[in-house]
Amino acid sequence: MAAVDLSDERLRQGVGPRAVVGLLVDRVRAGELGMVPVVAGLVVIWAVLQALNPIFLSSTNLVNLTMECVPVGIVALGIVCVLLIGQIDLSVGSISGLAAAITAILFVNEQWPVWAAVLAAVAAGCAIGVLYAQIYNRVGIPSFVITLAGLLSFLGLQLKALGTSGSVNLPYDSALVRFAQLSFVPAWLSYLLVLGAAAGLFLVGYLYARKRRTADLPARSLRFLVIRSAVLVIGLGFAVWYLNRSRGVGWMFVLLVALALALHYALTSTKWGKSLYAVGGNVEAARRAGINVRLVYVSAFAFCTTLAAIGGVLGAARLAAANQSSGGGDVNLNAIAAAVIGGTSLFGGRGTAFAAVLGILVIQSISSGLTLLSLDSSYRFFVTGVVLLLAVGVDSLARRSRASHGR
Amino acid sequence: MAILRLQGISKNFGAVAALTDVDLEVDAGQVVAIVGDNGAGKSTLVKVLSGVHSPDGGRIAFEGREVTIPGPAAAHRLGIATVFQDLALCENLNVIENLFLGQELSPFRLDDVAMEVRSWELLRQLSAKLPAVRLPVAALSGGQRQTVAIARSLLGDPKIIILDEPTAALGVAQTAEVLNLIDRLRENGHGVVMISHNMSDVRAVADQVVVLRLGRNSGVFDARTTSSEEIVAAITGAGDNAVTQRAARSETVDRSGMAGGAW
Ligand SMILES: Nc1ncnc2c1ncn2[C@@H]1O[C@H](COP(=O)(O)OP(=O)(O)OP(=O)(O)O)[C@@H](O)[C@H]1O
Ligand SMILES: [Mg+2]
Repeated sequence: MAAVDLSDERLRQGVGPRAVVGLLVDRVRAGELGMVPVVAGLVVIWAVLQALNPIFLSSTNLVNLTMECVPVGIVALGIVCVLLIGQIDLSVGSISGLAAAITAILFVNEQWPVWAAVLAAVAAGCAIGVLYAQIYNRVGIPSFVITLAGLLSFLGLQLKALGTSGSVNLPYDSALVRFAQLSFVPAWLSYLLVLGAAAGLFLVGYLYARKRRTADLPARSLRFLVIRSAVLVIGLGFAVWYLNRSRGVGWMFVLLVALALALHYALTSTKWGKSLYAVGGNVEAARRAGINVRLVYVSAFAFCTTLAAIGGVLGAARLAAANQSSGGGDVNLNAIAAAVIGGTSLFGGRGTAFAAVLGILVIQSISSGLTLLSLDSSYRFFVTGVVLLLAVGVDSLARRSRASHGR
Repeated sequence: MAILRLQGISKNFGAVAALTDVDLEVDAGQVVAIVGDNGAGKSTLVKVLSGVHSPDGGRIAFEGREVTIPGPAAAHRLGIATVFQDLALCENLNVIENLFLGQELSPFRLDDVAMEVRSWELLRQLSAKLPAVRLPVAALSGGQRQTVAIARSLLGDPKIIILDEPTAALGVAQTAEVLNLIDRLRENGHGVVMISHNMSDVRAVADQVVVLRLGRNSGVFDARTTSSEEIVAAITGAGDNAVTQRAARSETVDRSGMAGGAW
């Protein structure tokens, strides 16, 4: 890259939509793909599955799909955080299973109020994360090993807690089960939320652009902001309308989106978020910059295991039961795969909150589509594995291209 | 009065005594150059001052008070800013994020705009040649990274600025800019500690030259009145060594050449 003058970027930004498109093409060529491959992959997967079975894109199935995404999607949000700092948590499945068991036992067997049972399960999840981080900070065992030990131990604890019957049913009329199975956003409110989201996006963008302009920095044009919000209204509005032809948008799905937005804000606009990226990029540099690295580890692990517990509770609520296979099987692998498919790097320092949501949409689409074709889980595992490999392959190629383009 | 005074600082890495009984004094408005051979302990001394390593012995006084520097954050709080030899930047973060790392404005709602404005100010002050500030540091050249690291040390108005080989990778113009900056820092009453292998840079800006040799003080010189030869002698250990031998050899060649002419 030639040594260009300071004003270079300003010059390139100031020249209308043609330049914007040009810049975009430049970036794709240089391997800054961002979300493009996942979204493209999702479109392809949906097209194929729809061709194989026309029920796939029906409103009813898509409503189911959105609901199925939530428990593992929430777990994947946590995984993004530990991957960002260059660590891994292999035990999220066991933790979510344990949280499901704790909730069910306290709520059904011990007759605790439902909120207290959920709170206890989530607190247990949080405590596990703090424990992991303490072991990592004080003893220095790699997180891979610590959480592998956690995977086994907490699975054991879950089986022990559930006892010989191995299963506890949650009553269908409890608030928890109703939330996970039956509560949907009323149609009028869902459209209102869409409008609110678009207005909010516009307002935030407008205020930010104004602030940049007063500071004499290049800013996005009003036209761009209006078009962006219009596209959002049309896109989201259509999706909501389509879902509303069946049962509509589940509150649980709204919860996933809200958590993803909150995490996105925390990662991009707070000191904590920047310190996660810094620790993932160069621990020693982060330490010398005065960041409390140990605290960053504690917060990231605790955040991950807390979300794993919440995901587990919601999973049990959807099933209306906690049993020995809660959190077992593919929860672990799907959560990690979702984060990675969405473009989170396993080596730390790169990834976004939306990655997890897009990734889990891909995985659940495959799962739902293959179930509709009445293929058993062997196919599902196989196809998900191939998609994971493809996603990471595209990302690696993009990275290589980025290196050769000097980015 | 000295802002910073080190007395009898020692630091061991296992069997290696990297620093033994080192003294150092820096006044406000003074530029102290630390010179010494590779492995003399210069960077180790810097890391002790910036809280990266804790010393095994000795005392540190800052503005007359005895202090301990248990970590990098403590050094920042005291007002000691450091540019490390290996720069310590996060390659995945962009220039602005690196400049403000650990010192972000309004931690719960980062003030992007103010940080970007301040970044341009700092970089312009150093005549930085950067294509953009929103580029990840991985995309910058060695010299550009060094400029970013120097700019970072100027944030938050520190009292002492430590530069570990700040001009090693810089171009001619940027080197001059950094030397100008050091002059300006002195005029503004900052204390500056500069490490360099470049004698002409040292003589251009330093008031005092502290020589380290094998982890020990090997002399303190007034930069205005001492010749480069004396400093080199202190660095290498006076007497028999490669540098003096080389100088002696070229002298004999000179003399024999002249003698030949006279005959
Ligand atoms: N982290 C460490 N662990 C073990 N030994 C170390 C460590 N850091 C430095 N040393 C040793 O301490 C001695 C001094 O090293 P230091 O980096 O301070 O040298 P320096 O004067 O900065 O050299 P240079 O001019 O090459 O930068 C060397 O012998 C080195 O091997
Ligand atoms: Mg050094």
